Amino acid sequence: MTPLLHLSGLTKAYPGVIANDDVGFEIQPGEVHALLGENGAGKSTLVKMIYGLVRPDSGEMRLHDQPFTPSEPREARASGVAMVFQHFSLFEALSVAENISLGMENPPENAELADQITKVSANYGLTLDPNRMVGDLSAGERQRVEIVRCLLQNPKLLIMDEPTSVLTPQEVEVLFQTLRKLRDEGTSILYISHKLEEIRTICDNATILRLGKVVGTCVPSEETPKTMAEMMVGTELKTPSKRPYTPGPSLLDVHDMWLQSADPFGTSLRDVSFSLHAGEVLGVAGVAGNGQDELLLALSGEERVTPDAIKLKGENIGNVGPNQRRQLGLLAAPEERLGHAAAPDMSLTENALLTGHTRQRLTNKGFVKWQATRNFARAIIEKFDVRTPGTENAAKSLSGGNLQKFVIGREIMQRPDVLIVNQPTWGVDASAAAFIREAILELAEQGAGVLVISQDLDELMEISDTFAVLSEGRLSRVRSAAGVTIEEIGLLMGGTEVDNAAA
Amino acid sequence: MLRLEQRPEPSRAMVIATPIIAVIATMIAGGIMFGILGTNPFTAIRIIFWDPIFNDVVASYTRPQLLVKAAPLILMAIGLSFGFRANVWNIGAEGQFIMGAIVGGGTALALYPYESFIVFPLIILMGAIGGFLWAMIPALLKIKFNANEILVSLMLVYVATQFLSAMVTGPMKSPVGMGFPESRNFNEYGSAFNAEMISNTGLHFGVIAMMAAVIVGYIALTRHLFGFQIRVSGQSARASKFAGVNPNVTIALCLGISGALAGLAGLFEVTGPAGKLSTNFPLGYGFTAIIVAFLGRLNPIGILLAGLLMSLTYIGGELAQFQLQIPAAAIQAFQGMLLFFLLGVDILINFRVRLKNKGVA
Repeated sequence: MTPLLHLSGLTKAYPGVIANDDVGFEIQPGEVHALLGENGAGKSTLVKMIYGLVRPDSGEMRLHDQPFTPSEPREARASGVAMVFQHFSLFEALSVAENISLGMENPPENAELADQITKVSANYGLTLDPNRMVGDLSAGERQRVEIVRCLLQNPKLLIMDEPTSVLTPQEVEVLFQTLRKLRDEGTSILYISHKLEEIRTICDNATILRLGKVVGTCVPSEETPKTMAEMMVGTELKTPSKRPYTPGPSLLDVHDMWLQSADPFGTSLRDVSFSLHAGEVLGVAGVAGNGQDELLLALSGEERVTPDAIKLKGENIGNVGPNQRRQLGLLAAPEERLGHAAAPDMSLTENALLTGHTRQRLTNKGFVKWQATRNFARAIIEKFDVRTPGTENAAKSLSGGNLQKFVIGREIMQRPDVLIVNQPTWGVDASAAAFIREAILELAEQGAGVLVISQDLDELMEISDTFAVLSEGRLSRVRSAAGVTIEEIGLLMGGTEVDNAAA
Repeated sequence: MLRLEQRPEPSRAMVIATPIIAVIATMIAGGIMFGILGTNPFTAIRIIFWDPIFNDVVASYTRPQLLVKAAPLILMAIGLSFGFRANVWNIGAEGQFIMGAIVGGGTALALYPYESFIVFPLIILMGAIGGFLWAMIPALLKIKFNANEILVSLMLVYVATQFLSAMVTGPMKSPVGMGFPESRNFNEYGSAFNAEMISNTGLHFGVIAMMAAVIVGYIALTRHLFGFQIRVSGQSARASKFAGVNPNVTIALCLGISGALAGLAGLFEVTGPAGKLSTNFPLGYGFTAIIVAFLGRLNPIGILLAGLLMSLTYIGGELAQFQLQIPAAAIQAFQGMLLFFLLGVDILINFRVRLKNKGVA
C-alpha cells in the first residue's frame, strides 16, 4: 500500500539550533500516528513544514506518492492537509457558522453552511449549534468548531497539536470517538501530545523525536508510559516513591476566601476554604481558566483578601503582601516562568534576589549583598541541577525545564513552611519534571505543606496525598487522594460535585 | 544578503560600543550634510567637537559653558532614567523645571531683600518641592484613574509655560524692570544668587548637585534594593508584583524623584546662568534631558558622558553657526542624527548581522 504521506531527510536549521535533522517517517491511510517528543524535540517545526508554514532546508515530502512542497497553508489545505492548533483562532463575537465561513476558501451560502455544520457535527458526535456565539462556548466546544472547520474540507490528513490540553476527561473521550470514526473512514491523523496514556489509547503507531532526530518508532499499545517516556528522554526515569502520609498540625487555613479577578476575562474566587497540614501535598485539579491564577495570586499575597480569610499558623495574613508572607514562611512559585516567576532579561543572581531577599537576608539596610546573592543563586543551581554556564546568565537564556528547576529550587531552598506552586512541570521535559516532583515530595517529607495546582492529572495522582478540584472559582471538598478515580475527578472538573461517601 | 540574527544574550561589548558607533556615524552623515550645504565638513566637525574644548581663542569661554549647559541636562536625565527604567514615562521634565524655577525663585523674590545664609538652602528646597508637586499631578492621575502619564505630564509643560508668563507679567514682574516681562535679576540678591564658585570654570551649585545625583543615582541603581525593584518593574509588571513591589508606589516615586530633580535644575538655572525668570527662560532642557537619558543608556555614568556630549554639540553647534554661517536648523538636524543613529545601532545589542544565502527548500 502506498503511504499517504512519506517524509524523508527533512532538515530545518534555525540560528544556533537544528530543529529537524534528517527526519523521515510514513503515515498510512487510516492511521493515527503519534509524534512524541519533549519540548524542543522539533515536533512543531515538523508539522509546520507539513502544513506549509515553514519551508524545509532540505529533504523530501511526498503526498499520495506525489512531491509535496506546500509554500503556504492554503496550498496544504488544498492538498487535503488540515490542522487543529493548540491555540484557537476564533472570533468570540461571531457565531460558530460565521467563524467557520471565515476560515474557508469558498464558503457556501450561510443557510447551506449551517446545514453542513449540523450534518458533519452530528455525523461525528461533535454536538455543535451553528448559530451560537463562540464567546459563549467552553474550550471543548471551541475545539469542536476548529475540528468541524477542518472536516468540512474533507481532509486526508488531520494534524492535531496537543488537542486534549484544554479538555476534561469526558471531553477527551468524545474527541477520541470522533477520531476513531475518522480513522475508520480512512482519514489519517497526525497526533502530537506528550500525554503518554492518551497516546497509548488512541494511536496506532508512534514516531519519537529527540533533539530534532528520529530516535525510534513504536506501537504505543505495546508500550508502557514509562518505556515511551524513556525513549523520549533517552535515559531511565525513576518514579518518585510515594511515602505514607499522616497529617501533621494544620499550617494554612483558608476560610471563605473571595477574590474578584483583576483580569476582565479571569475567574473570580468564590468561597474557597481548605486546610493544609504539615507533611501534606494537596493537589488542586481543574481545567485551565477556572481560577488557578487567582488562587495563586491570593495565596502568594499579590492580591489581597480579607485578613481572616487566610491564616498561616494561626496568624491572619489575608491582607499582607508577598514579602511579609515570605517572612512568615509562605512561599509561592507561579505558573508563568518568564515574566512572573522570573524577570526574563535579568541574571540568575538577580532573579535569586527577586524572592529571596527577605528570607535569605540578602540586603542590609536596603543595600544588596551581591556576593551573598550570587552564592544563593549558585547554591540553587548546584542543588537543583540547573544547566547554565553561570549565575550571570539571563533567565531567558535557560531552557524551560532548567528555568523551572531554578524557580522551584529558589523557593524550596528558602525552607518554606508552606509552598504554593502552580503548574510546576508545565512545558518541562520529562527528566526535569521527575526531578521537580521528587523535590516537592521531599519538601513535604521534611514537614512543609505543599499546595500543587496543576492541570496534569497524572502528575497530581502521582504526588498528592489529598485532592480537590477548582471549578469556576469554587474549590471542591478536599478528599484523600487514595481511591479517587480519574472519572470522579473528571466529573468534578466539569463542575459536578459528586457525593462520594465511598471514598 | 544581509540578515539580522537574534543573539542568545544581549552583547555586553555592544552596549558600550554602540554609542561610539553612533557618534562616528553621526560625524560621517553630518559631514556629508555640511558638505552639501557648502561648508568644509572637516572644519565643521572640528568646530563642533574639538574647538569648544581645545581651541585657544574660544575655549576659555566655551569650556565653562560646557558644564553650565550639561549640569541641568544631567541632573534631569538622572531623575528621568529611574522612571524610564520602570516604564514610567515622565515627558514633562520641562514643566517641572519651570515650576521649580517659579516656586524656588518666587520664594527668593518674596524674601528680597532679606539677606541670610538660610535663604539659599530654603529656595533650593522650594525649587525641589515645586518640581515634585508638579510631577505628582500625573502620578496621582495615573494611580487613581490610570491616566496616561505621557500625555498628562507633557500637557502640563504648556500649563507651566503659561503660568510662567502670567507670573512674570504679573506678581513676579520686576519693579525696576521698566515693564519688561521678567523678574528681578537674582545677581542683585546676594543670598539667593547661584554664583560661580571658582570664576571661569562654570562650576556652580547646580554642578555640585548634578555630580551628587550621578553618584547617588549610580549607587541606588546598582547596589540598592530600590534600583533593583525599579529594574524589575520595567521588565515585567507581574514579576515585580510577585517580588512584593507596589506598582503605585513605584509610579509615585519615579515621577516624584524626576520632578524634584527637574525642579532643582530649574532653580539652579534661574538663580544662576539665566539670572531671572522671563518668558525666554524655558530653553527645552527638559526635552533634551530625555535624549540624554537614552543616549546614556539610562545609566548614571552613561548619562554623565551623554550630557557632556550633548552640551558639546550645543556649544559647538553655536560656534559653527557663528563661524561658518551654518543654519541653526542644520545643527538641530545634526543633533537629531545623533539620536537617530543611537537608536538605530541599538539593535546590534540584541541582534548580530550575518551574511547569509537565502535558504533553499
